[in-house]
Amino acid sequence: MCLAIPGKIISIDNQIDDLFRLAKVSFDGIIKQVNLAMVPEAQIGDYVLVHVGSAISVVDEEEAKFTMNILMNMDELGELDEGENLLENETN
Amino acid sequence: MKHLTEYRDPELAKKVLHEIEKITTKPWKIMEICGGQTHSLVKNGILTVLPKNITMLHGPGCPVCVTPLHLIDKAIYLAVEKKVILCSFGDMLRVPGSKKSLLEAKAEGADVRILYSPTEAVNIAKENPDKEVVFFAVGFETTAPANALSVLHAEKLGLKNYSILNSHVLVPPAISALMEDPESTIDGFLAAGHVCSIMGYWEYYPLVEKYKIPIVVTGFEPLDILQGIYATVKQLEEGRAEVDNQYARMVKEEGNTSAQGIINQVYEVSDQMWRGIGTIPESGLVLRKEYENYDANLKFKIDIEKAPENAECIAGSIMKGIKKPYECVHFGKMCNPQNPLGAPMVSSEGACAAYYNFSKFKEIV
Ligand code: SF4
Repeated sequence: MCLAIPGKIISIDNQIDDLFRLAKVSFDGIIKQVNLAMVPEAQIGDYVLVHVGSAISVVDEEEAKFTMNILMNMDELGELDEGENLLENETN
Repeated sequence: MKHLTEYRDPELAKKVLHEIEKITTKPWKIMEICGGQTHSLVKNGILTVLPKNITMLHGPGCPVCVTPLHLIDKAIYLAVEKKVILCSFGDMLRVPGSKKSLLEAKAEGADVRILYSPTEAVNIAKENPDKEVVFFAVGFETTAPANALSVLHAEKLGLKNYSILNSHVLVPPAISALMEDPESTIDGFLAAGHVCSIMGYWEYYPLVEKYKIPIVVTGFEPLDILQGIYATVKQLEEGRAEVDNQYARMVKEEGNTSAQGIINQVYEVSDQMWRGIGTIPESGLVLRKEYENYDANLKFKIDIEKAPENAECIAGSIMKGIKKPYECVHFGKMCNPQNPLGAPMVSSEGACAAYYNFSKFKEIV
């Protein structure tokens, strides 16, 4: 449960106030809503490390891709399939 | 900084392993706090390749395992009797309560939903204004800000039908409690990388001082863990006890201060009951008075009897590093993932589940 997964911010679509920004983040094509309140510096195109729907840090692209690969190889991405507002594909 | 792809290079792993062998002259017991690391240690076969002199103890860092039985009963009560939409992380569902699990309650018709994030629970509350939505908010410091944000989110949207059933635990007080236990034989700790990306590691300075134990902030990949073990053994062999950061590519000394601010806004520290271990002073987080409207305990005036723990399950001794899963007489027999007696057999971060699923490692001493 304490797993954190890197993804790329593709849009910031709901800015309730300065602190509260909700973004769409792509995890290798799987899109999820992510809260950016803990990473005020994050911008569209940045990679963020996401834990249960909140970004906990901005990471560089190399780190993101590397971690994603490991998680895929370790079969650790099941958590992303959980949830109600299920997945759309990035290309849709 | 090393090139990142090196972190899974098997040749490099062998080198680190060789370095560990070279410096180890005495037996050492090292505890990894985090259940994710336990899983990685067992699954990747690290336990089988470490020098005989090094024993890994598997700590209490499995949020699902330490969530009190009483709280699981409360969640089931809310779903069954109060007919709320009970939302939870998937891991909680199969944990046995005193009579049944949330999954069994769901099978019997209760509206129990598995979510990826607490934000989704807020969305469900928004879409179902005529229903009460409760999020089962469990976790360590890593998860606390996300759960706190869900409360702030609900407040900003003016939702009156959202609340949380909260059980939050903190690592540093648990380390103190483990060290104070007279049966403890722990020589050093690997601290959990993602907890420290939120909290930093300044909280560990007084602990290394007081207990004279090395604490090494460590990541999750096999090579991270091997390097964490190396750094711990090196300190032990040299008679040092310091805080060291193996996971510098993700963890800063001060942590993520925005995240800490969010935690402090919504939560305050309190005593906390850890399933199997008991109450540890100032080791949990509860909602501040300003946010008590979001406390499911108060909102639904839950008043159900406290059921006794299953006395057969020795999860507490395992999480304190005193026993190993295969020393439990029920391990793999009466207790298995299909028919669990205790939480560590069902959680993906539980030591019993890790040993059971990768059972060729269960002989390791
Ligand atoms: S094997 Fe089952 S009964 Fe034994 S300690 Fe683990 S969870 Fe408890």
